[in-house]
Amino acid sequence: MKTETTLTQTHLETKAPARPRQSFFQKYEGAILGGIAVLIVIGIWQAIWSYTDWISPLFFSGPSAIAKAFWISLTQGNLLADLAFSGKNFAIGFGIALVSGVVIGVIIGWYRRIRLILDPFLNALYAAPRIAMMPLIIIWFGIGMWSKVFIVFLSAFFPILVNTVAGIRNMDRDLLRAARAFCASDWQIFKTLAIPGSVPFILTGVRQGVAVGLIGVVVGEMLGSSEGVGFMVAYGGQTFQTDTLFVGFVIIAFAGILLTSLAERLERRFSRWRPER
Amino acid sequence: MVKLQIDHLTKHYWVEREDRNVLALSDVSFSVDDGEFLGIVGPSGCGKTSMLNIIAGLLPYEEGNVSIDGKRVSGPGIDRAVVFQHSSLLPWRTIAGNVRYGMELQRRFDEAIMKQRTDYFIKLVGLSGFDRHYPSELSGGMQQRVNLARALAADPVVLLMDEPFAALDAQTREFMQAELLKIWSKAKKTVVFITHQINEAIYLADRVVVMSARPGRVKEIFRVPFGRPRDLSLKRDARFLELEDSVWKLIEEESDRLGMVAAV
Repeated sequence: MKTETTLTQTHLETKAPARPRQSFFQKYEGAILGGIAVLIVIGIWQAIWSYTDWISPLFFSGPSAIAKAFWISLTQGNLLADLAFSGKNFAIGFGIALVSGVVIGVIIGWYRRIRLILDPFLNALYAAPRIAMMPLIIIWFGIGMWSKVFIVFLSAFFPILVNTVAGIRNMDRDLLRAARAFCASDWQIFKTLAIPGSVPFILTGVRQGVAVGLIGVVVGEMLGSSEGVGFMVAYGGQTFQTDTLFVGFVIIAFAGILLTSLAERLERRFSRWRPER
Repeated sequence: MVKLQIDHLTKHYWVEREDRNVLALSDVSFSVDDGEFLGIVGPSGCGKTSMLNIIAGLLPYEEGNVSIDGKRVSGPGIDRAVVFQHSSLLPWRTIAGNVRYGMELQRRFDEAIMKQRTDYFIKLVGLSGFDRHYPSELSGGMQQRVNLARALAADPVVLLMDEPFAALDAQTREFMQAELLKIWSKAKKTVVFITHQINEAIYLADRVVVMSARPGRVKEIFRVPFGRPRDLSLKRDARFLELEDSVWKLIEEESDRLGMVAAV
């Protein structure tokens, strides 16, 4: 009898646990190991480039040559202007896609009838490679910035939209039942369950949208443009300036890594409440 | 004084898959007094959960009457709160945010009182210090405490509990039962507690309603003769085991009738 009371007592008095301490290496293990691996690969590549003639400068390039080309186009060429052009196109297109994708996605997810009417169109457009519409978009908007803005928008819009719709629709039945039992109105259910519940989905859409949006801006500039990083790559290829081509490629890769990891970070931050993944 | 009255409640379901009408509850009548703890046991498929959903106002009914303080139940209301089997906590809200969720939806209290009640009930269920944690950081037993605090904070007249400890391991369940009695002795609510565990119903309740299976009927209602407070060791008392055994026989009869002894 006595023991049981004390057991219940200890059970009650559990304190919130403190976060266990981690060493520097444990904390940044991924970054450290990954970083070292990248440095080793670049080192080997550079060694082959400098000390052997296995690599023909026409077909490929080496780290030092790329760095030099980078410096030249940065100081004497158009690199900054190209970057600004691409960045602006991406930002505007993506911004429009984000706002409209989330707003329209919420509406489509919440109203069943609207969803049923729009579903066939959305499915067709979501499945189709939007980049194939680039020639048409150039006819519409010309080779200036707006054709790029539009292709970025078109690329990023659908992943954001589709994920938002899924997020709104994916309402937990148990949560819905609990809310109803506490006399929740439709508006309260929308506000307290549908919207916060769809945040992780929307951020998944953002991550996918960033990836396809980048493809959109680069390919758009490759197909019809006179500036931008995509144009730089295409131009480098057409004029056999392999080093310049690589500079553009590296910049695109870095932009991709940066934006995707930003989106991932955002995704993780807003799903802190999710169980271990 | 009668708080909750159920008169000749009958509930039919249309089962799409079998394309036929199923009788879930047939002519169920009982009443719960003010401040009473009523346990309801029955084999699986006896319509316990349907009944709780009807009382909660989550399921419509056509035949019979359910009333609280003489007022017919026709939807969810602020006079009831439910503790669900699955903790059904909002994963993006902290414990404090979850405890205030029911109050927030019902809009009965102003901000200051909500804050005060949130703190009070977090403390009452023994979760002080966890108010900024998220549900995923809590064990199943602790999540059910939050579930209970959320329901109590909404200040219901009748507290409905739908097998709240069924998903917990045996030990945690025992602790939670003892805890619930302690909390109930302070909160003094009328409770309807549904379970498929006979000893849980006997240990917790003032009276136990035994239901029959398919269709759900009231087979017997008996008073639990043990005083309060009740210690967990009561469950090993000879009189307790005897009572448990007689209830078990009632349910066994039911199972025999349906030829599903093993299924209970």
